[in-house]
Amino acid sequence: MSSSSHQFAATSGNKKWELKLYVAGQTPKSLQAFANLKKICEDHLAGEYRIEVIDLVKNPKLAQGDQIFALPTLVRKLPEPIRKIIGDLSNTERVLVGLDLQPR
Amino acid sequence: MALKTTKLEAPLAGLPKCPTGIQGLDEITLGGLPRGRTTLVCGGAGCGKTLFGMEFLVRGATEFGEPGVCLTFEENADELSSNVASLGFNLPALIAQNKLAIDHIHLDRSLIEETGEYDLEGLFVRLGCAVDSIGAKRVLLDSVEALFAGLDNEATLRSELRRLFRWLKDRNLTAVVTGERGQGTLTRYGLEEYISDCVILLDQHVTETVLTRRLRVVKYRGSTHGMNEYPFLIEENGISVLPITSVELEHVASNERVSTGVPALDTMFGGQGYFRGSSILLSGTAGTGKTSLTAALVDAACARGERCIFFSFEESANQILRNMRSIGINLERWVKKDLLRFHAVRPSTYGLEMHLVKIHKLINKFDPSVVVVDPITGLLHAGTAFETRSILLRLVDFLKAKQVTAVMTTLTGSANSLEQTEIDISSLVDTWLLLRDIESAGERNRGLYILKARGIAHSNQIREFHLSDQGILLREVYLGDAGLVTGSARVAQEAKDEAAALFAQQDTERQQSILQRKRKVLDAQIAALQLDLEADEKESQKLMSQDRLKALRGQKDRVDMAQSRFIQNGSPDAGSKRPGARGKGR
Repeated sequence: MSSSSHQFAATSGNKKWELKLYVAGQTPKSLQAFANLKKICEDHLAGEYRIEVIDLVKNPKLAQGDQIFALPTLVRKLPEPIRKIIGDLSNTERVLVGLDLQPR
Repeated sequence: MALKTTKLEAPLAGLPKCPTGIQGLDEITLGGLPRGRTTLVCGGAGCGKTLFGMEFLVRGATEFGEPGVCLTFEENADELSSNVASLGFNLPALIAQNKLAIDHIHLDRSLIEETGEYDLEGLFVRLGCAVDSIGAKRVLLDSVEALFAGLDNEATLRSELRRLFRWLKDRNLTAVVTGERGQGTLTRYGLEEYISDCVILLDQHVTETVLTRRLRVVKYRGSTHGMNEYPFLIEENGISVLPITSVELEHVASNERVSTGVPALDTMFGGQGYFRGSSILLSGTAGTGKTSLTAALVDAACARGERCIFFSFEESANQILRNMRSIGINLERWVKKDLLRFHAVRPSTYGLEMHLVKIHKLINKFDPSVVVVDPITGLLHAGTAFETRSILLRLVDFLKAKQVTAVMTTLTGSANSLEQTEIDISSLVDTWLLLRDIESAGERNRGLYILKARGIAHSNQIREFHLSDQGILLREVYLGDAGLVTGSARVAQEAKDEAAALFAQQDTERQQSILQRKRKVLDAQIAALQLDLEADEKESQKLMSQDRLKALRGQKDRVDMAQSRFIQNGSPDAGSKRPGARGKGR
């Protein structure tokens, strides 16, 4: 998480899951969020996901596009529809519900 | 006028203000909103919070060179643009000129899942980004409360809002935050807790089907401000707040006089008519000729080339034109020359404030020298008596400040005293003409008198007036033995008087002829007496000559006798002298 945008992918090419994690600098909350996300993805979507981390401190203009106001925010770009999960993703159950990996 | 009057003092230099550019608001707040601080604008749904905020931004951008950012939670940029386009605000153009930035924050609860801790740094980033992109000085958050509806974690929200307002202050941004009014609180989520510098409450209430919007500055830390509820309007060019005391009593008082349009009425005002720029009230019961008298004034003003506006709340323009034609006042020609404009509208069409603003606007645009409001009582249908009075007060003030001669008519109800107007406006006006019916001898006639005329020597007479096809004619009211005589009774009285005068004249003539005859008789007598005298004189002369003759004869006789005696005594000389003397004497 040293640059504005990291891509984590098991294999190259299009993935079924495209996730964007918006953060503002390397705050404990954003680091926590990233670690939590990584773990959930590995547990449930191994090999089928791609995570892009966007640091709004470096790219503030990107906040508007995805309607970001709270941080950290995880945006599920694919599969559609777009879903948003805000917070440090510490509640795994809620994250899975938010990503539609678990029924509500 | 260079008269010194005490004015509301300007605020102390300590608190810088940021003018809103909203008509009237800067007067109430004595300069605008607190600069570099956040102002809360709260009110119920549809009372104009967003428009207030947008006008603050747009005026800042266009009039004060202060770009603004709008962070909207409810409407997107396009919706906002079309909403305020009706106020004449062109948001896309301002955005293109980098004078305005709109960022719409879309909150959809169904799309958001909250897990764990978060903050609103994203909001700060976006706001900061927008502010920096155009160098904004003003910010509108409309309405930040949407966050409460979209997010669950109220504790986080509250601390983040506190941080947001702090952030705005630190950046020296003058901000307006809108908030929906709550039950018993200013805002539903207690925003007033965080915003303590300035709170403005917008309100709207409907009384008798007419809507009135009001604005009140609830609090303004560090500054005095108008405390009242001020009516405000949302109309074509934004919000106008109408502070009642906006115009101070500093009107210029003109010495110029303008004709009343009725020569005889001018005479009652010292021969010159009303003061220019004064306010004139014509009151009277129904059908006393109020409109006709105003029409005469309008006609005279237009004939001088002055512009007039006729605000009619009862009759249409065409109706007035037709009716005035019937009394020989042709107003149509002035309408054609665009010297006279009619603004005929039902009083209940909109609220009082709207009426006032319409009147203001028309007057500002047309710049007339005479304004007629016929009748002001019509405005009572648009509000309560108190409101109407305050509106009229403002109208009179406004017209005076503009040096416009104002003629207002008011209908006096039959139940009221004649010398009382229904809305107690009489104390506001300079000149008050009272028109009244005079009922007598089975008919109704029109009478007129001047109840007051500030600064003008005026007649105290009651005058009868007629609406004829040659215009308005004023006549002396007849004061007969039985009091006021008007109408046909007056005509009868006049005829009677004329007969009496004729009779008196004939009487004099007769007297004169008698006198002449007397003189003639006397003259004749004098002549006869003179003849007598002459005859007497002649007689007496005759007698006198006879006497002398007698005397002479007596002497002769005596001489003759003496001579005869002398002859007898032998003295012939004496006898020879005598015959000559004798012949002489004869």
